This record gives sequence, C-alpha cells and structure tokens, in this order.
Amino acid sequence: MPMTALTGSRVRERRLQLGLRQTDLARSAGISASYLNLIEHNRRRIGDEVLARLARALKVEAQTLSAGAEGVLVEDLRAAAASAGDEQPELDRVEDFVGRFPGWARMLAAQHRRMGLLERTVTALNDRLTHDTHLSQALHEVLSAVSAVRSTAAILAETEDIEPDWRARFHANIHADSERLAVGAEALVAYLDAASEDEEQGVVAPQEEVEGWLAARDWHLAELEEPGGRARLEAEIEGLASAAGRAMARDWVLRAEADARAMPLDPFRAALRAEGDPVLVARRFGVGVLAAFRRIATLPGAIAGLVICDGSGTLVFRKPPEGFLLPRFGAACPLWPLFEALAHPMRPVEAVVEPAARTRRRFRARAFCEPHHPQGFAGPELREAGMLIEPAVPDPALVPRAVGTSCRICPRAGCPARREPSILLEGS
Amino acid sequence: MQVPGGWFMTAHVLLIEDEPNIAEAIRFILMRDGLKVSTHAGGADAIEVVRTSQPDLLILDLMLPGMSGFDILSALRADPQTEDLPVLMLSAKGQVRDRAAAKKAGVDAFMSKPFSNAEMLASVRALVPR
Repeated sequence: MPMTALTGSRVRERRLQLGLRQTDLARSAGISASYLNLIEHNRRRIGDEVLARLARALKVEAQTLSAGAEGVLVEDLRAAAASAGDEQPELDRVEDFVGRFPGWARMLAAQHRRMGLLERTVTALNDRLTHDTHLSQALHEVLSAVSAVRSTAAILAETEDIEPDWRARFHANIHADSERLAVGAEALVAYLDAASEDEEQGVVAPQEEVEGWLAARDWHLAELEEPGGRARLEAEIEGLASAAGRAMARDWVLRAEADARAMPLDPFRAALRAEGDPVLVARRFGVGVLAAFRRIATLPGAIAGLVICDGSGTLVFRKPPEGFLLPRFGAACPLWPLFEALAHPMRPVEAVVEPAARTRRRFRARAFCEPHHPQGFAGPELREAGMLIEPAVPDPALVPRAVGTSCRICPRAGCPARREPSILLEGS
Repeated sequence: MQVPGGWFMTAHVLLIEDEPNIAEAIRFILMRDGLKVSTHAGGADAIEVVRTSQPDLLILDLMLPGMSGFDILSALRADPQTEDLPVLMLSAKGQVRDRAAAKKAGVDAFMSKPFSNAEMLASVRALVPR
C-alpha cells in the first residue's frame, strides 16, 4: 500500500477544477510532468519550495494544499471508521471525501467525537451501578431489610394460630427492620442526590478537560513565573466542569509552580541553549529529568510535545507536537521510546521516530523514567516516564524507527508489536 | 419422608444466612411446614458446618461474611460427599448476572430478595425429598 498524502490529491483536484493539463501545470511550476504525476498520485513528498510554486500556479494558498487541518480530520475519520462495525466505509477514499465534502467530513468527525463522549458517559454510569460499592451496599442493606420485613409480616398476617412468644419476636424484628429500612433509604437518597450534583463527570474525561484547558493557554501558565501567581489561576480551575478535572488541574499547577521556581525562565532558556540536552540541563538546576522535560515542553511558544505515563503505561499527560498524533484514549504504540524508558528507569532513551502519518515527518524522541518511593522501603515503587517529542533535524542517512499512534488506526503492515488488527489493513 | 408405619423422617434444611431476622422468618416458615431447620450465620466455616450436619437441602445466601456463597458452592460441588446436595441460593441483588453465575456454579434454584413466603415454600418443597 503506497503512503498516500492529501496534498497530492488536492493538487490534482485543484488542477482538474481549473481545467489544466498536467504538462501545463508542471511547466508553470517549473517541474517535470512526470514528477508532478508522481506528486499527484501521492508517491512523492513535496518540498515547501515546490508546494509554494504549485500553489502559485493553482492560485491557492500553499497551506490549502498541504495536509494541515485536513490531516487531523482524516485521522478523525479513520478513527470513526474504526468504530463503525460492519458498515465499513471506503477507507482508501477518505482523503477524496475530505477534499470534496469538507463540511460533511467535519460533521462526521464531530459526531464521532460526540459519540465517544456519550459512550464514555454510558460506561461511567454503568460502572457506577456495577462497581460503586457504596451504592451496592446501600441497595443490599435496603433489600435485606425489605426481605426480612416482607417475610415476617406475611407470617404475622397469615399464621392464625401463632404462639404469643413467636408473635412478640416477629413484632420486635419488624420494628428493628423498619428502622433499618428508614436509615438505608435515607442513605440511598443522600447518595443519589450527591450523584446528580456531579452528573457532568464522565462526559469529558477529566484528563482531556485539563489538557484542553492547558492547550487553550498554549501550555504555558505565565502566572506561575511570579511568586503567588498560583492563586490567580484558581478562578480558571474553578471553571472546569468536573471535580476530578479540577483536582488534576491543581496537581499539575502545583508541579508547574515548583518547576518554575526551580528553573527560572531566563536562566533556563540560556541553559537549554548552551546544553541542548535535558539531562544536562536538569543537572544544572538540580532537578529531575522529567521536571526539565515539563519545563521544556511548557516554555512560552514551545514546539516540543510531551507525553507522560505511569507504571502501567497509561498516558497521564499529553501535549501533542504538531504532526504527531497521540491517542485520544486507550493505549499507545508499544514501540514508542517512552515504554523502553519505562522498563529501564534512570536510563536516557533516544530515538528518531517516524509516525505512520502521510506527512512522513520525523521526530526526535527523548524518553526518561524516574522511580519514586513515596512510602520508602515499606511501600511500592512507582514509576513515571516522560517522552519529549521534537521535530528531527533531517538526516537522510538515518533510518528512523517506524512507530504509530495506536494499533487500531495504524497502517503499518507486518509490525512485530501489533496487538490488534488495524482497520487500515483489513481486507487489503 | 413418610415411612410406612406412620412416623416421619423429617427432612433437614440447613440455612446459611447472616441476616438474623431473615433467617428467623425462613426457619419459622419451614418448621411450620414440617421440616427440621438449622441455621448458621458465618461464611468462613460454612463448608465444615455442611459436612458435619449433612442436610437434605442447603439454603445459601450469596453475600456472607468471610466467604461468598459462590466460593462455598464450588467447594461443595468439588467434594464427592456434597456434590449432589440440593442448593437454593438467595441473593439481595437478584440481578441477571448473579442468577446466571449461580446457575453456572451449579445451584438447583435461585431466589432474589425480597421473596414471598409462598415462593420460598414452593422452592423448598420442590428440592426436598418427601
């Protein structure tokens, strides 16, 4: 399966709209017709220079032709197709679809996202019913009391010749059970009242809520660069929908504040320029490598992406770098250097990686894992690994590591790390 | 079981239920129906109690302190001495899932709380040799 790119398809689309022949367009863009043909069929990558010339000749903005917002849209539609079940759309024509019907495509992607949210809500509510020990205990208590009352009352009502001793005992039992029933019912009502107050929970995953907030702030919280600035963020944090989201945002802000204090902005920038290496920069400031990662990724205007995972490999923080799609939820690609680092704490792991995107961009990924022992010798070892993702300096001699986002939407055939079939390979 | 000659060989029902008032009500109903009923409230030692008392029917609550009714049931089914013992399981969260799990674990009848006394009697009569 050749790597397809939206750009080539859009060049072709636009050329046909204008009624130009390949030879005409190639001549005005100053490239050979055969090269243009390869571009149009997405068999060649287009450099910025050639793209600019093609755009001029086609009388459009260069970015209209390149896979910018549409690239993300294509990924969203692929994800939508992944959950489509038996109704498999024409995946090989998804770019065609986005190019021709951008409005419908955006609507479909939006609906897919909305559906994901709703599904999570349903799961959360289901979980609440099946796994909520408080609810299940309260119900058990009420059902047990009702059960005892029902049987005992029936005995009293139906047994005409009941002995006085038994009758007295059953009366006492009913009395005790009715008290218990009242308490149980009250507990249940109180629980359901509280539950309806935080109903919004589970609509958006709390982590996504926090990441959305940070992304809207361009990942840099300038308030924290000044003493006492944390208090000024409180109003914004209060604005987050769920209690869990607010708690997670506060945790992040506490950490970011400590990072800002330990690594003041200007000296940190200078150190980063001088050293270039997060491990060495961290040493200068006497902080952990992950702290340096966080600081690098959240500097004003930082292009570096950052993912952080816990010992289970669950991504607990995601700042996506441009052109590197991170899984919205669910597990990530096991070939990420992040997970290599997770298995080897305190050892820097670096690799140039190429995500399975049409853009074929390469990234420099540097990962590091720090173990923590919050309860000392007596407690468990907790691990936290981070991976800094930055655009790689082009090096034709270097063979990048082929990685993906998540197996389900990864087109890489014959991947040794694949854990489930991809919708992009099925039937091909 | 009525034996020729006129005396009754009373069937013995063992009730393992940690809710004392439910246990008392069930005991009363079954005794009135001519059965010998003994009760036990704990989960952890339930298997031992079953082995020593050798009942004709076991009524077993699903949620017991120390050990779940399912664990007790699978231990009983694994033991040749008790593998055929009729078991009526009670549950205060008589959901479809529990019912299915109980069936899989080998119960002979399943009853969700709150049950009516008539239901209880009917189930017991169906399971006890008379």
